[in-house]
Amino acid sequence: MAIPLSYNLNSLRVRWTSTVVAVLGIAGTVGVFVAMLSMAKGFKTTLVSSGSPRNAIVLRGGATSEMESAINLDQVHIIEDEPGVARDASGPLVSPEVVVIANFPLKATGTDANVQVRGVSPKALEVRDSAKMVSGRFFQPGLNELVVGRNVPGTYSGFELGSKVRFGGGEWTVVGVFDAGGSAFDSEIWCDSTVLDDVYKRPPNVFQSVTARLTKPEAFTGFKDALTSDPRVTLQASRELDYYEKQSQAITRLIQVLGTMVALVMGVGAVLGALNTMYSAVAERSREIATMRALGFGTGSVVTSFVFESLCIALVGGLLGCICILPLNGLTTGTMNWQTFSHLAFAFRVTPALLAGGLIFALFMGLLGGVPPAVRAARARIAVALREL
Amino acid sequence: MVRVDGGGNGSSLVRVRGLDKKYQRGSEEIHVLQGLNLDVDAGDFVAFMGPSGSGKTTLLNLLGGLDLPTAGTITVAGDEITHLSGSKLTHWRARHVGFVFQMYNLIPVLTAFQNVELPLLLTKLSKAERRQHVELALEVVGLKDRTHHYPRQLSGGQEQRVGIARAIVADPTFLLCDEPTGDLDRRSADEIMDLIDRLVREHNKTVLLVTHDPVAAERAHVVLHLNKGVLVEGQRVEEKAAVRS
Repeated sequence: MAIPLSYNLNSLRVRWTSTVVAVLGIAGTVGVFVAMLSMAKGFKTTLVSSGSPRNAIVLRGGATSEMESAINLDQVHIIEDEPGVARDASGPLVSPEVVVIANFPLKATGTDANVQVRGVSPKALEVRDSAKMVSGRFFQPGLNELVVGRNVPGTYSGFELGSKVRFGGGEWTVVGVFDAGGSAFDSEIWCDSTVLDDVYKRPPNVFQSVTARLTKPEAFTGFKDALTSDPRVTLQASRELDYYEKQSQAITRLIQVLGTMVALVMGVGAVLGALNTMYSAVAERSREIATMRALGFGTGSVVTSFVFESLCIALVGGLLGCICILPLNGLTTGTMNWQTFSHLAFAFRVTPALLAGGLIFALFMGLLGGVPPAVRAARARIAVALREL
Repeated sequence: MVRVDGGGNGSSLVRVRGLDKKYQRGSEEIHVLQGLNLDVDAGDFVAFMGPSGSGKTTLLNLLGGLDLPTAGTITVAGDEITHLSGSKLTHWRARHVGFVFQMYNLIPVLTAFQNVELPLLLTKLSKAERRQHVELALEVVGLKDRTHHYPRQLSGGQEQRVGIARAIVADPTFLLCDEPTGDLDRRSADEIMDLIDRLVREHNKTVLLVTHDPVAAERAHVVLHLNKGVLVEGQRVEEKAAVRS
């Protein structure tokens, strides 16, 4: 039979000052751990949600991102004719696209940030069905008009509906705002690819990527096989989901590694705090422990009792850390996407899995901090400890 | 019948033969108990006296299975405890020994009820049965109205009575009392000794008591003196009665 839990809970209450210190140490560590991972999760989710399972993105063979790719109009026509490409009344649902980077001042700091400007085809909204106009209208082909992602007006100065914007040597009018469901497109500016080529004095009819809407997700394999076996082109096709997941990997890994390192360093401190609390608990209560062992409680009961006490501290700390971090959920922040060299807005995503991970981390710290003092308590000589004051 | 000459007939409740205990303090070897023999029958009340450092508490710790002898054997109710493993000794203590400590050794964060209940948590009794036993034990020591008091809310004498209730609640084979009145004033000490006396007379408990207090030792059936690691028999109860008369 175990030592009653009320013994540990009452002891924690009586020694509340050292308990609070240990709880706060673990809460802080768990908070930082979950915050960093929720940032990585938010960044990844934002990029991955940019892809649709029914879309394929085509780049030049060997290119790892749109910035390194080039596809001419003849190749676009070949892509349009490949099997599996969806069509509507106006023809194949394909959007050849051009990407440039422009500088715009951030509202928060006034400093310039890189923004991805995407020249798209007039069919872009049909190809990307997750993007919907929420105010204004879509751009008119051939005109210097912009539609902006929903994060853009709030993040950069001068992008309110109807305002004029100068970049690339031309003047543009913001005619609409679209919502791309929290994806990376929400941080982009879209316009007619032909106009963008013209303004930027780029060679006409050369694109950087082609996004093709497929008839169904399963059509991708046939589409890819046909494209890669076509001797007229050297192109590569990826599922849009896979493409954006790859794009997210560098930053996600960086945040995860940094976050884990910071959490580990803080974790060492928290474990030392828990160790200190539990060792002093054992030292203060050596006669109590000896008395219980004299009464017939075994070493296993003593170890379990003190580990339970440590786990209680860790659990409360873990819960506190998780609760404190919850308001971060949905909070939008931004960072440079190194794949596109442009600023990307994304929201922290505090998921149940991350909270569970935080609690497990807390309990692990509690275990590390609880076992050595518990073993010391169980190993002390009863006859000697009974005489201690 | 208490004997220290090793001549017991084998029916004794507690049987000690050739008990040796040595401690190493630095390079010095301290021989605390030397070839000690003892026989105690069920229902006996034995007091151990002797100067500080004479080995009284060491003997009590050995009899209670809290320490192991350097040599010799201790047999209690037919079980030789000197060769039991640590975990078996723990089980044995829970079943056979009721400890009463000088400093009471109550758990400060538990109520009187919870303190007394501790030994019963090691039995198979149900919660209701445990409650019944605890209330009975507290009634025997006269503290039924202090059930939910914490040790800090009790006087020294009351704390010791809770300690005694804890010692008797699981109905152990014998009680080991290590200076139970050592931290009490005369009046409280007398009350505690009255209680121990009553446990022996009315409940037929076997009590082994270590004390410095001659008044407390007076209550025992026999007083044994420990000197230089050897037990010497003092007055028996019959002799004391004769002296008194």
